[in-house]
Amino acid sequence: MANVISDETIDYVGILAKLELSDEEKENAKKDMESMLDYIDKLNELDTAGVEPMSHVFPVNNVFREDVVTNDDDRENILKNAPEEQNGMFQVPKTFD
Amino acid sequence: MGILDFTAVELAEKIKSKEVSVREAVDAVLEQIDKTEENYNCYVTVDREGAIKKAEEVQKKIDAGEIDGPLAGVPVAIKDNMCTEGLLTTCSSKILGNFIPTFSSEAVLNLEKAGAVIIGKTNMDEFAMGSTTETSAYGVTRNPRNPEHVPGGSSGGSAAAVAANECFYALGSDTGGSIRQPAGYCGVVGMKPTYSTVSRYGLIAYGSSLDQIGPLSKDVRDCATILEVIASHDPKDSTSVKRDDTDFTSALVEDVKGMKIGIPKDYLGEGLDPEVRDAVLKAAEVLKDKGAIIEEFDLGLVEYAIPAYYTIAAAEASSNLERFDGIKYGYRTEEFTDLHNMYKKTRSEGFGPEVKRRIMLGSFVLSSGYYDAYYLKALRVKALIKKAFDDAFAKYDVILGPVAPTTAPKLGESLSDPIKMYLGDIYTISLNLAGLPGICLPCGEDSNGLPIGLQLIGDCFKEKNIIRAAFTYEQSVK
Repeated sequence: MANVISDETIDYVGILAKLELSDEEKENAKKDMESMLDYIDKLNELDTAGVEPMSHVFPVNNVFREDVVTNDDDRENILKNAPEEQNGMFQVPKTFD
Repeated sequence: MGILDFTAVELAEKIKSKEVSVREAVDAVLEQIDKTEENYNCYVTVDREGAIKKAEEVQKKIDAGEIDGPLAGVPVAIKDNMCTEGLLTTCSSKILGNFIPTFSSEAVLNLEKAGAVIIGKTNMDEFAMGSTTETSAYGVTRNPRNPEHVPGGSSGGSAAAVAANECFYALGSDTGGSIRQPAGYCGVVGMKPTYSTVSRYGLIAYGSSLDQIGPLSKDVRDCATILEVIASHDPKDSTSVKRDDTDFTSALVEDVKGMKIGIPKDYLGEGLDPEVRDAVLKAAEVLKDKGAIIEEFDLGLVEYAIPAYYTIAAAEASSNLERFDGIKYGYRTEEFTDLHNMYKKTRSEGFGPEVKRRIMLGSFVLSSGYYDAYYLKALRVKALIKKAFDDAFAKYDVILGPVAPTTAPKLGESLSDPIKMYLGDIYTISLNLAGLPGICLPCGEDSNGLPIGLQLIGDCFKEKNIIRAAFTYEQSVK
């Protein structure tokens, strides 16, 4: 079955993905996603009833360790990478009035 | 024989015996870079001053007997998705165009402890998403074996740098074949270890359940030696497994008598270039002559690995790449109206088309209403694929096949049809889904003189089987 991605779906996925697509990019994304989903639909040929989803290949469970600080205060160097900083903090656009 | 002809292990021996100094080794590599880098573009960053300074430091430590490992003083190239303290790390993306990490990844630290000298950071597909190194924001890398062709990807810069003698060995990362396939295309050795063997701390994540760091090298001995150095249990990576069998060089034994090697019939079928097929089967004959028991068998589910993989990898990527938001590091858009507009514009301007394509797909398959049908379905298929390999390894010590259906394609031929490009990963990606180790080594050339890669696959934690088989093959055809 051929998948059809609507404008609404692409806009919604754009919000989830935090991406702003131009009209041309949107059209391409629709086509890309339709053909990828058609391809992924191949998985439906397999009967997976009763198969547990495998998120990790090894039986590793929660790994705990003591919560102790092992690194030094590196604020100055870390902030050097920030696009904007002020008074030793990351500066972000105004988020509420 | 010049310095550049030595393998990494040979060079370390020459340094140890004072026939070659660390500085001479670094100078030889830098000279080669001056000669050929313009043609190949293996590196995003060459750290000339850093390497020269480090060479003096390492030399002193070697002279003082503080370092005497099998890689001491040898220049190495690091894929640009591994953090290196104080050295630009871009992931070949515009969004990290100015990112200077404040720490180094654990694999890099392990190398540095062993006396490695970092020459620079190698080019890659943006965020490791691609199979050709053509999605890099810093230009394509060309295949040193034929510059009209791609080096493969995503660790294309690392593979090309080794092939072009622009380093003695390199680190790459492999999420769906990104070490093994470029190794095959460039005619070098590349290995993805069992998931969890090398710490992912400081590796900029793409698909966290699939990513593994591994070596690219001139031969199998180097490969095993490097892996032995970088493998470590790291509490900072909670998927890291504590192993006491990481003495991989002990498997450098020329003997496969009685070793059971299976060739999946599904790996020899439609889509496989006849020249690749012939070379791989000829390699199997070599191992048979050395006493291995070779058998063809049905592995099954091969065609389902790619759709399962792209679902899982895209889902994990969409989540992992949310951190690039223009606040803590990297690129921020010039003009914006508010916080969300800033996020969106920063990411839309900072990421390239292939990265956006995968983030969109990943966001979709994780979204409510589609999560079960796509993401969980893919995880169920992953369980079936793992089971198929478990069954195979109940019968065989090693699985043998091609690394890719063809030799390196020409530049510019792959990106227009993503699904066709993804099909090139058909023999490599199931290993990432199942966590298995795989090694790729050269097994001949096609009629155009392009290298053909042989892939040997082992069961989880059984790197030694594939190292032994690879070493035996390599020695036999020397």
